[in-house]
Amino acid sequence: MSEPSARLKKDLTRHVKERVIEAILFLAAFVSVFTTTAIVYILVSESWVFFQHVPLGDFLFDTQWTPLFDDAHYGIMVLLSGTITSSLVALLVAIPLGTIIAIYLSEFAPFAVREIAKPFLELLGGIPTIIYGYFALLFLTPLLQKVYPDLPGFNLLSAGIVMGIMIIPYVASLSEDAMRAVPMALREGSYATGATRLQTALWVVVPSAISGIASAYILGVSRAVGETMILAVAGGMQPNLTFNPAEPGATITSFIVQVALGDLPHGSIGYQTIFAAGLTLMLLTLVFNLIGYYMRKKYREAY
Amino acid sequence: MNAMTDRYETLLPLKAEARNLSFYYGNFQALKNINMPIYEKKVTSLIGPSGCGKSTYLRCFNRMHDLYPGNRYEGAIDFHPDHTDLLSKKVDPIEVRMRISMVFQKPNPFPKSIYENVAYGLRVRGENARSVIDDKVEAALRGAALWGEVKDRLKELGANLSGGQQQRLCIARALATDPELMLFDEPTSALDPIATASIEELITELKERVTILIVTHNMQQAARISDYTAYMYIGEMVEFGVTDQIFIKPKRKETEDYITGRFG
Ligand SMILES: Nc1ncnc2c1ncn2[C@@H]1O[C@H](COP(=O)(O)OP(=O)(O)OP(=O)(O)O)[C@@H](O)[C@H]1O
Ligand SMILES: [Mg+2]
Repeated sequence: MSEPSARLKKDLTRHVKERVIEAILFLAAFVSVFTTTAIVYILVSESWVFFQHVPLGDFLFDTQWTPLFDDAHYGIMVLLSGTITSSLVALLVAIPLGTIIAIYLSEFAPFAVREIAKPFLELLGGIPTIIYGYFALLFLTPLLQKVYPDLPGFNLLSAGIVMGIMIIPYVASLSEDAMRAVPMALREGSYATGATRLQTALWVVVPSAISGIASAYILGVSRAVGETMILAVAGGMQPNLTFNPAEPGATITSFIVQVALGDLPHGSIGYQTIFAAGLTLMLLTLVFNLIGYYMRKKYREAY
Repeated sequence: MNAMTDRYETLLPLKAEARNLSFYYGNFQALKNINMPIYEKKVTSLIGPSGCGKSTYLRCFNRMHDLYPGNRYEGAIDFHPDHTDLLSKKVDPIEVRMRISMVFQKPNPFPKSIYENVAYGLRVRGENARSVIDDKVEAALRGAALWGEVKDRLKELGANLSGGQQQRLCIARALATDPELMLFDEPTSALDPIATASIEELITELKERVTILIVTHNMQQAARISDYTAYMYIGEMVEFGVTDQIFIKPKRKETEDYITGRFG
C-alpha cells in the first residue's frame, strides 16, 4: 500500500497532545482514588492493631469511654450517643427550615429575590465552622440559659442547633436545585386542574423532586455526623452516654481532635483509639451514602 | 347576544367567544385582534402553521399565561352562561381552571399512582370522601376509555403506562372534575396512529358532554373530529367556519393554500 495522502495522514502533534491530556486526566483521577484507598487502608490497618488489644465486643457494648485513664474502657456507644444526639438536633433544625426555604425559593419567590437569596445562602455555607462554634458557645448558649437556667455552659443542644443552621444552606440549596429541575409541564398540569401554588408545590413538585431532596437530606446527615469544630468548641468534650441534648457530650469527631491535639505518644493504645473511632465514623457515613444511593435509584426519574 | 352570532348564521348556543383578543409575550404580539365563537358541545379545531399562535390562543382560555411574568392580554373572552370576561382582572384564574380543563401536547402524568393522577383535581377541590373519589375516578377512566386496561393496576405509577395510555390518563384527569370546556393542545402529536384513533374517537364521544377546543397539526384529524375549524396565521384568525365548508370551499385563498398543501 502506498503512503496515505498528506490530508489523511495522522497528525503527529495532535496525537501527542491528546495523549498528554489523557495522561494528565488519568493522573488526576488516580491521585484521588489513591488517596481514598490509602485513607481506608490506614484506618483499617491501624484499627486492626487497636482490636488486637480491645475485643470488638467491648468496643461495641461497653458503656464507658475512658481510653486515657488507667482503668481504660472503650465503649464507642458513648461517643456515638453524642454524635447521634447532636446530629438529630441539627437535622430537626436543618430539614424543616431547609425544605421550607427551598420550596419558597423554587416555587414562590420572585426572580429578584431568588437571585439575591441563592448566593447569600451559599455564602452562609462558606463560613468556617469554628465561627459557628463560637457563635454557639458565646451567643446561643447564654441565650438558651435565660430560658433554661440549668443548661450547662457546654451542651449538645446549642451545638446541635447551630450545626443545624450551618447545614440549612446545603439542604436548601440542593433541594431547591432538585425542585427547579422538575419540568414546567408537570406544574402546568397541576395548575390546569385549578390547583393553587401551594398545592402544586406540595403535591406535585416536592414528590417529583423527592430523590434529589432525599439526597440533600442525606448530605445534611453526613455533614452533621462529620462536623467537628462546632462540637469541639461548644459541646464540651466529656464522653457521656446520653441522648439528652441538654447535657454536655463528646462525639466521635470531637474526641478525635482532642486526642490528635493532645500529647499522647503515637503508637500507644490510647492514640490508636482514634483510628477505631475514625473507622466507625467512616462506616457510618458510608451507610448514609448507600442509603442515599439507594433512594436516588429507587425514585430516579419519577417524571 | 351580539352581531358575531349572526355573522355565522347560526342560533347555536355559545360557550365562549373571543372578542378583539390580543396577546403579548412582553413586547411581542403573538395574537392580533381575534374574534371567534366557541359553540357549546361542539368540537372546534384550530389549525395553522407552526408558530402562528394556536397554543398561545388556547392557553388564554384557562389563563395559563398568568403563570409567567410579562404576559399581557387585551380584549375579552366571554364565557357562558356567566356572561363574564375570563380575562377580567376581577376573575380568579383558579376559578377559571376549575371549569376549563386542559390536555397537553406531551402526556404529563404526575409521579403518582394512576388513581391519584385522576383524583388530583378532586383533591384540589377539597374532595376527601373516599367513595365519591372512587366513583369519579372510575367514571373519568371509563370516559377516557382507559378503565378496562387499568382497573386492576390503579395503584401503579401513571408513568408506567404506554404513551397513548398516559395521554388518556391525562384526559381522565382533565375529565374527572366535570369541566364545561376542555382544551386540547395537539393531544395526539406524540402518539402512534392507533393511539391517535382511540383519542379521536374519545373526543367525538366527549362532545356529548363538554365543549371542546382542540389544536391540531393534522388536517385529516381536524376534518374527522371537528364541527368547526379556525385557520390561524401569524397571530391572526384568517378564517372560521363549519369544518366541511373550510375544507371543501374555503372563502379565503390563504386557507385554501394551507389546506391543499400549497402553503408557503
Ligand atoms: N413564552 C414565550 N415567549 C415569547 N414568545 C413566545 C413564547 N411562546 C411562544 N412564543 C411565540 O409566539 C408565537 C406563537 O407561538 P405558539 O406556541 O402559540 O405557536 P403554535 O401555533 O402553537 O405553534 P406550534 O404549532 O409549533 O405549536 C411564536 O412566534 C412563538 O415564537
Ligand atoms: Mg403549539
